[in-house]
Amino acid sequence: MTAPAGDRFNAFITRCEPKPGTTGKLAGLAVAVKDNISTRGIPTSCGSKILEGYTPPYHAHIVDLILAEGAGIAGKTNMDEFGMGSSTENSAFGPTKNPVDPARVPGGSSGGSAAAVAAGMVPMALGSDTGGSIRCPAAFCGIVGLKPSYGRVSRYGLVAYANSLEQIGPLAGSVTDVCRLMGVISRYDPRDSTMQDRPFAPRLTGDVKGLRIGVPSEFFGAGVDPGVAETVKGAIGILEGLGARVVPCSMPSMAYALAAYYVTCTSEASSNLARFDGVRYGPPGDVRSAWHDAFRVIREKGFGEEVRRRVLLGTFALSAGYYGKYYAKAQAARRNVSADFARIFREVDVIAGPTMPTTAFRIGEKTAPLSMYLSDILTVPANLAGIPAVSVPCGKVDGLPVGLQVMGRRFEDERVLEVAYAYEQGAAR
Amino acid sequence: MVSPEDVEKIANLADIGLPRERLGEFTREFNAILEYFDILDAVREDAGEHAREFNIMREDEVTGSLPQEEVLALARDSEDGFIRAPRVME
Repeated sequence: MTAPAGDRFNAFITRCEPKPGTTGKLAGLAVAVKDNISTRGIPTSCGSKILEGYTPPYHAHIVDLILAEGAGIAGKTNMDEFGMGSSTENSAFGPTKNPVDPARVPGGSSGGSAAAVAAGMVPMALGSDTGGSIRCPAAFCGIVGLKPSYGRVSRYGLVAYANSLEQIGPLAGSVTDVCRLMGVISRYDPRDSTMQDRPFAPRLTGDVKGLRIGVPSEFFGAGVDPGVAETVKGAIGILEGLGARVVPCSMPSMAYALAAYYVTCTSEASSNLARFDGVRYGPPGDVRSAWHDAFRVIREKGFGEEVRRRVLLGTFALSAGYYGKYYAKAQAARRNVSADFARIFREVDVIAGPTMPTTAFRIGEKTAPLSMYLSDILTVPANLAGIPAVSVPCGKVDGLPVGLQVMGRRFEDERVLEVAYAYEQGAAR
Repeated sequence: MVSPEDVEKIANLADIGLPRERLGEFTREFNAILEYFDILDAVREDAGEHAREFNIMREDEVTGSLPQEEVLALARDSEDGFIRAPRVME
């Protein structure tokens, strides 16, 4: 399969002729949509061969919302298959390249959305974030990306991978544009039973006087590139210069947060991906063979390596005899992560640190699955606890972008964006 | 540690299909990941506070559904309003 014409970075799986409206909050804007978000009449592949030829008969809630506000759909963006990856290399449609340096990955799994924004093909895009899939590519491509609080954006029409962790969120070149898109997609939808009806109203004043910023030592620990750590500390220093106060803190649960995340997401994936059976949609199985044989053949052909690996890991973690050792322990660890955040947020208003431990790595560089997983260490805690987190560009190391991550209390999405805005404005002065 | 036979058994349980030539490498990678997961053995349930998830239920009201023809067309193999599936009985 080849990239659509004019798409040097392979950011899109499907390109559309955007037909934006003339009225509404997004009037005249072309928005790129990650290919795991259902779009009526536009193929939705999740970066997988198992959905080849599938065209959803309905729009995701957020797609209805952006169209109603005058946006046009520029196309469906490339992604790690079903969101499983941190580099957009695990796509059946080939890897997306980082517009900053095409020899490097754009991050993932919403790499196509981030690359489309960074390359100037669209002003804003929609992604999804299960363990960092919006913030990682935002950091690697030098743009802004928000993972909203769990329950702040409807997941109706998002193809589920790990539904206790994931949220749809906006990516754009500036905090202001991220807020503009978030203001539209956060409107209430009773079809997602985990969604809460909370109006989104950030006050972008640039004022952070008296704000208490928690800085956990674990976010600057082993595995974090010294250049990245230095750059992020400099960014936090800018917020300090604007009147914020830095409060050193500690998050002991970081020791096992990544393991808890991978046990949880693979377990949920093993259940969620059982729906791809070649019966109701996607390439059909052989109806003359027995159910399990037809199912296995279709899934062997349709799923890529990483999806197979995660479904196997999840099946194992949930199997009799191992459930207590893996899944039950992971849920206890997850509660401890939430408790750590709750304790720290009694003393501080936001928590800041790097988004990613390194800058964008080279395409093909990370071959061992575990080494790829480890790059998510700083982003997964926010998903485990359901709290909002934004990545905002805060400088470069060797010419490659670095992201400052700001996390906040659950449903204080406005506050993390206000802090990101203050940094953005402060750094520009 | 899991053996290649264990991995094959899990693949069968998951109906996922695992090419034979990939079994060795998959088992090695699987063990590396499981070894990393062992850190969870150290987790002690901390009685700390945490937000409980809950669902917001709605009234069970009849609403519209997707047009039957559109949904059947996605299946590519249907008859008399039903989707044809592989045999469930052996």
